[in-house]
Amino acid sequence: MSTMRIAPTSQRERVLGGLFRAALFVSLAVGILTLIWLIFSVVKEGWPRLNLDVLFHFPSSNPELAGAQSAIMGTIWVVGMTAVITIPIGVGAAIYLEEYADRDRWWNRLIELNIQNLAAVPSIVYGILGLAFFVRGFLGLGQTVLAAALTLSLLVLPIVIISSREAIRAVPDSIRQGALALGATQWQTIWRQVLPASIPGMATGSILALSRAIGEAAPLVLLGGLTFITFNPEGLDSAFTVLPIQIFNWISRPQQEFHVLAAAAIVVLLVLLVAMNGIAIFLRNKYQRKW
Amino acid sequence: MSTTVTPASPSRPARRLGEARPRYGERIVKALLFLCAAVSVATTAGIVVALAGPTIEFLGEVPLKDFLFGTEWRPLFSPPDFGVMPLVSATIVVTACALVVCIPFGLGAAIYLSEYARPGVRKALKPVLEVLAGIPTVVYGFFALTFLTPVLQDIWLFGDPPSVFNALAAGLVMGVMILPTVASLSEDAMAAVPQGLRQGAYALGASKRIVATKIVVPAALSGIVASFVLAISRAVGETMIVLIAAGGTPNLSLNPAEAMQTMTAFIAAAGLGDQSTGSTGYQTIFAVGALLFIATFVMNIFSIRLVRKYREVYE
Repeated sequence: MSTMRIAPTSQRERVLGGLFRAALFVSLAVGILTLIWLIFSVVKEGWPRLNLDVLFHFPSSNPELAGAQSAIMGTIWVVGMTAVITIPIGVGAAIYLEEYADRDRWWNRLIELNIQNLAAVPSIVYGILGLAFFVRGFLGLGQTVLAAALTLSLLVLPIVIISSREAIRAVPDSIRQGALALGATQWQTIWRQVLPASIPGMATGSILALSRAIGEAAPLVLLGGLTFITFNPEGLDSAFTVLPIQIFNWISRPQQEFHVLAAAAIVVLLVLLVAMNGIAIFLRNKYQRKW
Repeated sequence: MSTTVTPASPSRPARRLGEARPRYGERIVKALLFLCAAVSVATTAGIVVALAGPTIEFLGEVPLKDFLFGTEWRPLFSPPDFGVMPLVSATIVVTACALVVCIPFGLGAAIYLSEYARPGVRKALKPVLEVLAGIPTVVYGFFALTFLTPVLQDIWLFGDPPSVFNALAAGLVMGVMILPTVASLSEDAMAAVPQGLRQGAYALGASKRIVATKIVVPAALSGIVASFVLAISRAVGETMIVLIAAGGTPNLSLNPAEAMQTMTAFIAAAGLGDQSTGSTGYQTIFAVGALLFIATFVMNIFSIRLVRKYREVYE
């Protein structure tokens, strides 16, 4: 900083300051107003079809009869399985990085850099990975619930790891030192002290990660195509569709009735997401301890 | 003869003072946890391997120069053309539209939250902004196609109005989606600027606006630029919005009112049609995917480096 003129508050500066403040407020309002517009218009568009048929009818070529039952059950199967796969691995990785990893070792730094990068890799690239290894190639699972769950697990793994690490980091060192001083081993300290204390934070982060998985369509478009599924999944090797894919399917049809149906399904999806986020916030507020 | 130290009892192995009994269970646990962390590295390796094989085969048939600089993308024609330029230009156009929204408004929101808003206001507004980042991308695509495009068509003042599918609506909506990312990362960077810098400027008689624009923003610049780079990376990699709202025709044009197909939209559209493994059509998914991965990878690493830089300076 060589020469910087910092004028005392003048009349001109007061006007500029007010305008600047107003511009900043408009910036914030752009996002919030768009959100309100989006929610309002989607609910209005989908209103005629917002009834239980959306939940309990199967997809059909007749928009009057069509519903998203198989997509809702597919979402539950795929995201449930994603949780089973990704949470243990994510929490394990977070414990390793926070409690064991020596930052001076190059491989530990590589793992950290790698996780940060993976969190920003486009989701469609995970779809390509899933297509190459899980659907065809190595595992050859076909277009099944398990292939989709594995793909989404890898997609949300960085989010689970990052949020679990924050939860572990929030546990003060004095807890660990106390346990170690009483003769506990490192793993006993982690298992009986650190983990119980960080579970609320991990649960919150994991739920948020899974709500990302629920809304994700791009990688699954690549995995499963837009198959017309009129039955609920019965197992991990079952064909499937999920809500975002069903919505995409309806959007891409020319008939207006299907767009109304898509809007109704979007409302269902958003309600599901709000519920999950509500649970996450509730858990955080109720169980998180201040040390 | 020197005295040799002998074990106290031949049956028990010698142990130095302070040496712990080896705990194999602990080591197994540590190894298992390391494996969990290694899954992430395996994922990156998997992505590279998955992309590399078919891409190399593809480049065996289509010269790299024709792929990167060719101006016609007609993979299903006979004879096919594999010039990726139309897909790249569409990606750039959509990204530019997104940046027009997310950079000024994201930065403005960040300055407001960091420098102007009272703690209570910030605590109330920030989660609302974060909701924008949590809305599924199909929903944004639907919004762009059904609600924003008609509005743009109505208010269009110059030239031909946007077509039903257009890059502009997709890009603008994408900008709103990325806005919280820019706002949140920039705000983090501004929060890391030491309070002393602000107080020093106030002591010299600077107004709040001057402190925000001439002190805080320059001091947090590397973090702010990191958030911009990450925003570009997100926009380039976003799929569903462009697939739904920007159209499915490769179009080498810089006019955002036209329909065009981005790299991501091509990959998704090609995946929709069931391509047989090993066909050139199947390989194009991977070749375009490799290009996308390399572009976003470079930006992500650059952004991570910048964030580290400001953390080192201030924390």
